[in-house]
Amino acid sequence: MAQLIFTQQLARFLPVPTVATAAADLRSALDVAFEGQPRLRGYVLDEQGHLRENVVIFIDGKRCRDRQLLDDALAPDSQVYILQALSGG
Amino acid sequence: MSDRAYLGTRKGLFELRRDGAGWHLGQPQFPGDPVSMVLADRRDGTLYAALNLGHFGAKLHRRDAGSDSWTEVAVPEYPAKPAGSDDKVEWKLKQIWSLAAGGADQPGVLWAGTLPGGLFRSRDRGDSWELVESLWNVPERAQFFGGGYDVPGIHSICVDPRDSDSVLVGISCGGAWLTNDGGATWSLRAQGMNAGYMPPELSGEQAVQDPHRIVRCVAEPDKLWCQHHCGIWRSVDNGATWTEVKSAPLSNFGFVTAVHPQDGETAWFVPAEADQRRVPPEAALAVTRTGDGGATFSAARSGLPQQHCYDLVYRHGLVVSDDGRTLLMGSTTGGAWLSEDGGVHWQTISNNLPPIYSVEFA
Repeated sequence: MAQLIFTQQLARFLPVPTVATAAADLRSALDVAFEGQPRLRGYVLDEQGHLRENVVIFIDGKRCRDRQLLDDALAPDSQVYILQALSGG
Repeated sequence: MSDRAYLGTRKGLFELRRDGAGWHLGQPQFPGDPVSMVLADRRDGTLYAALNLGHFGAKLHRRDAGSDSWTEVAVPEYPAKPAGSDDKVEWKLKQIWSLAAGGADQPGVLWAGTLPGGLFRSRDRGDSWELVESLWNVPERAQFFGGGYDVPGIHSICVDPRDSDSVLVGISCGGAWLTNDGGATWSLRAQGMNAGYMPPELSGEQAVQDPHRIVRCVAEPDKLWCQHHCGIWRSVDNGATWTEVKSAPLSNFGFVTAVHPQDGETAWFVPAEADQRRVPPEAALAVTRTGDGGATFSAARSGLPQQHCYDLVYRHGLVVSDDGRTLLMGSTTGGAWLSEDGGVHWQTISNNLPPIYSVEFA
C-alpha cells in the first residue's frame, strides 16, 4: 500500500492521519484521502483540481510531474509526502 | 455607541472591547494566519473571518452570536473555464477581498467580492456560494485589470437599505456596477470618474476606473463617496453620475473613505502623498473630514503620529460606527487608532499590531 503523509502544518486546521491506499496513481490516491476528510481537498487542491501553488508533493523522493494532472504512477510501497512549499511564505 | 470592534490583520483577528476604563485589545483568533476580511453581521450577530493562508488557500470561518467557537464554512469557488475561452484570468479564488451582509429582509444572504474579480452570493450564511455569473460574464470584464493586486478584484459591496435587490459594487480596476434585480442584470455606474493612468482617449471609460473604495450612506442611500486612484468623487444619485471633489487638503490620493451613516454630506479620508509616492504627506498621519458634501474639509492630526510616520490606511482600514462619531482606523504598519468624537481626536490602540487589512464594528 502506498503511504500518503501530510505535513503536520495542516494539523492546525484539520486531522491529517497518514493514509494507506492501493491506488495506482497520485490523483486517485489523493481522492482516497479526501473521501475520509472532505475538507482536506480544498487545502491541497484549488477548485480546478490543481495542486495549490504553494503546496508540493514528493513521491519516493521526486517531485510530482504535473501539478494539474497529478497522474504520477504509484508503486505499492510508494511514500508520498504532501508538504508546504517555502514559496508560500 | 458600539463597544466592540474587530481588526483583521496579517497575523490574526483581534477583538477590541470597550469597558469603563477604555478600549482593550484581546488575544488574536487565528493567531499567525492572515485574515483578509472580517464581517460582523448585525442581523444575527454572526462574525465571519476570511483567511488567506499562504499555502493552503482562502478559507472562511463563521462564529455564531454568543459562541466562542469557529466553524469553517465553504468558500466561493469558480467554475471551470469554458474550453476555448481566451480569458487570461485564472478562474481560481485568490482572496476574499470584501464581505457584505444582504438586506434585513434577506436573512442568511451574504455577498463576497473576490480576487480575481468575481462576485459571489451565499443564501445560507456561507455554507454554499454561487458565482454571480451575470456580472462575471459582462463583455466589459475583458477591459478590467489589476489594481493593488495582479488581477482585478471587488472591494466594495453596497447593498441599498431601501431594496435588498439593489447592490452597487466597486472593482479595482473595473469601475462601479449596479444591479437592481438581485444580480440578474448589471449596469456600469462610473460616469464622471476619470482615469489619469490611461491614455487620454480612454480616461473616461467607465470599465477601467479604479475606485479604491466606495461607501454608501445608510440614511441617504443615494449618496455615495469614492476614494479613487485619481482623486475623490461623490454621487448623489446612486452612482448614475459622479462629481469630482477637488477641495480635499494635503492630497487627493488615498485608498479609503468612510461616510457618516446618517449624514451623506459627511465623509472621512486618509490622504497619502501621491500615487508615485505612497507615504503620508510629510510623513505625518492625518484624517480629513468634510461635513458639507466636499465643499470644505478639515484635517485632524490630534493623537496621530506626526513624525517619521509611514502608515498607510488601505481600502478596508477605516470604519465609522452606527453612531457616526466612533471611528476605527488600522494601518499597513500595524498602527491602530480610535476616535470617539467624529475623527477630531484620536487615541492610540496599538503601534505594534501586524499589518491591518480590515476593521469592523460589531
